[in-house]
Amino acid sequence: PSFSREAQLFVEKFEGALGKGKGKKFYAYKVMMTKKWMKFQRDFENFKTACIPWEMKIKEIESHFGSSVASYFIFLRWMYGINMILFGLTFGLVMVPEALMGKPYGSLPRKTVPRAEEATAMNFATLWDFSGFAQYSVLFYGYYNNQRTIGWLKFRMPLSYFLVGVGTIGYSFIIVIRTMARNANEEGGGDDTSFNFSWKMFTSWDYLIGNPETADNKFASITTSFKEAIVEEQESRKEENIHLTRFLRVLANFLALCTLAGSGYLIFFVVRRSQKFALEGLENYGWWERNEVNMVMSLLGMFCPTLFDVISSLENYHPRIALRWQLGRIFALFLGNLYTFIIALMDEINLKASYLLPFTIFNILYNGTIPENSTAPPIQVDPADVPRGPCWETMVGQEFVRLTVSDTMTTYITILIGDFLRAVFVRFFNYCWCWDLEYGFPSYSEFDISGNVLGLIFNQGMIWMGSFYAPCLPAINVFRLHTSMYLQCWAVMCCNVPQERVFKASRSNNFYMAMLLFILFLSTLPAVYTIVSIPPSFDCGPFSGKTRMFEVISETLEHDFPSWFGKVFGYASNPGLILPFILLMV
Amino acid sequence: VYRLHGRYHEMAPNVVPMDYTKDPDVKLPMQLIINMPELKENPFKERIVESFSEDGEGSLSFNDFVDMFSVLSEMAPRELKAIYAFKIYDFNTDNFICKADLEKTLNKLTREELTAEEITLVCEKVIEEADMDGDGKLGFADFENMISKAPDFLRYCFNCV
Repeated sequence: PSFSREAQLFVEKFEGALGKGKGKKFYAYKVMMTKKWMKFQRDFENFKTACIPWEMKIKEIESHFGSSVASYFIFLRWMYGINMILFGLTFGLVMVPEALMGKPYGSLPRKTVPRAEEATAMNFATLWDFSGFAQYSVLFYGYYNNQRTIGWLKFRMPLSYFLVGVGTIGYSFIIVIRTMARNANEEGGGDDTSFNFSWKMFTSWDYLIGNPETADNKFASITTSFKEAIVEEQESRKEENIHLTRFLRVLANFLALCTLAGSGYLIFFVVRRSQKFALEGLENYGWWERNEVNMVMSLLGMFCPTLFDVISSLENYHPRIALRWQLGRIFALFLGNLYTFIIALMDEINLKASYLLPFTIFNILYNGTIPENSTAPPIQVDPADVPRGPCWETMVGQEFVRLTVSDTMTTYITILIGDFLRAVFVRFFNYCWCWDLEYGFPSYSEFDISGNVLGLIFNQGMIWMGSFYAPCLPAINVFRLHTSMYLQCWAVMCCNVPQERVFKASRSNNFYMAMLLFILFLSTLPAVYTIVSIPPSFDCGPFSGKTRMFEVISETLEHDFPSWFGKVFGYASNPGLILPFILLMV
Repeated sequence: VYRLHGRYHEMAPNVVPMDYTKDPDVKLPMQLIINMPELKENPFKERIVESFSEDGEGSLSFNDFVDMFSVLSEMAPRELKAIYAFKIYDFNTDNFICKADLEKTLNKLTREELTAEEITLVCEKVIEEADMDGDGKLGFADFENMISKAPDFLRYCFNCV
């Protein structure tokens, strides 16, 4: 009470002084401006946060589920940004010029649906499978013409296609490495944890909250923050029996290796069988035999992670480290799947390429590129009737697109059935069931961080691998990520419960970034291999007619740049110079 | 101050006079105050009102009301806020924040979502971290020492206005 009297006197004195002095108005003005400025700063901060897409959603998830689950969504948002840029590149520099300035549909054999398929070309089933009209459009590699320049802008289509392909990969490398470097810097900062719990207790409530919903979120976030700190504390206090723990960990690793080896052998066996089926002709077999490889891969992908989860309970690690081991093992599993998928594709390419010779002659005749000393005139044939070469690039692109689409469908259906229906079942049948569904089996599901993160990373690997052959892939992926964000945010808030032991994610996402980098490297290998060593199809795509795809660069140099430039470039492109340069940049 | 008087008045127009020159003895009960929009969602609203009220019961006269808002405003100095923060978290008003006070604070913050052993763990950790003189509870000096190093204190705490 006496203190408040003092304060009052002080204020009165001050105001009195103001009333008498000359600077009264100015001082009042200054005070008002300072207040307004602080309010403006706060509002601007709020505005900036609101501008970041989905920030509110992610904060809400973070307050209820902890920072590790939120880190997945932050990662998803970052991937969305990258895919937007990739989409911009492929759409703006490849698809749009071809659509606007290239020869229209129906003018060339590569741009026309073959006569045999014309009847079914517009069916939904065909379009869903990305054949028919979808196949013969700007969406896939095969549509593009190998004309050196198109339209009145003299847009160099083949060069643009090649550069965009290389550029998307280069950009991805640069951005992933740059983010890793930036995150590594931040992590070095460290934080002062000397009063961790005390600060959490006394300074976490935001006194400006006036809205009940925000208050709810804040309570949840404070609780989660305490739980995370408690887990850290418990882990640091844990006493271990070193020998038992080591033995159990060795045992767990052994079991995991057995599982990986088993799944590898299973895939190998199934791929062999499918090759045998293909040789005998697919018409003799039912749906299961035709899709055996895909189904086995999906089933392995569904059950092995659960197995790894069970194994990891032997190991008794800090939850963050356990998550990393889990991620690593599932990563190895999916790599095996990917590897076999690529082998299967390579086999099919080789198979198709063997049909090459009979069509070469006909094509030469049709295009009129006859040797000089012949006198036969070019044959006039309707484009739809020309027999086609196999065009393996489009086929590869189609496979990737189909894989992405089916992967998306599987994920969504798993979320709907695995999480939503399960939650509905537990909620409503709990009243009439023998045992308590909510606490026993099956109860509500937790958010599976490792599965989702890996799914995202491998999906991105597919996109990187396939976007050279199907420029539509980044567009499809942008759409998929966009819907995925909304669907998963809703599913998490509605159907999942927080984990038992909520732990704080590592400050940066560097572990995810490292895996992403590795996958990026692996995905670019096949594309690079095909660019430098396999001849492109002779009758489809922007590189048809050349012996190697990268020849488009040398051709451009010859025709469009002054000759000295070509010489300089020739010297600079000596591999001995390029490799150290790249390594230096990294 | 006029604005504050306006707010004070509109909470109970029939009780609070517009004219304060005769210094009337009018007090508003706690129930009215804690329903103000600035305080409604605050888990510590009862404690805040109690610590500013002269009679300790929670009724605020206009002077108390002005005091409360001046401490809670952004212009108030840090030391002043720290003093009142200590008072607010000291539930049993013994001038020390003991373990029972900490438990009550924690329960209010988490709306009783934590288990008993988690609560004990947190309270033990807080005393371990902040208690400098080793008496098992936090005196004002300990509290001041800990708060002065906190990065977020001024940003989030005690800034209602």
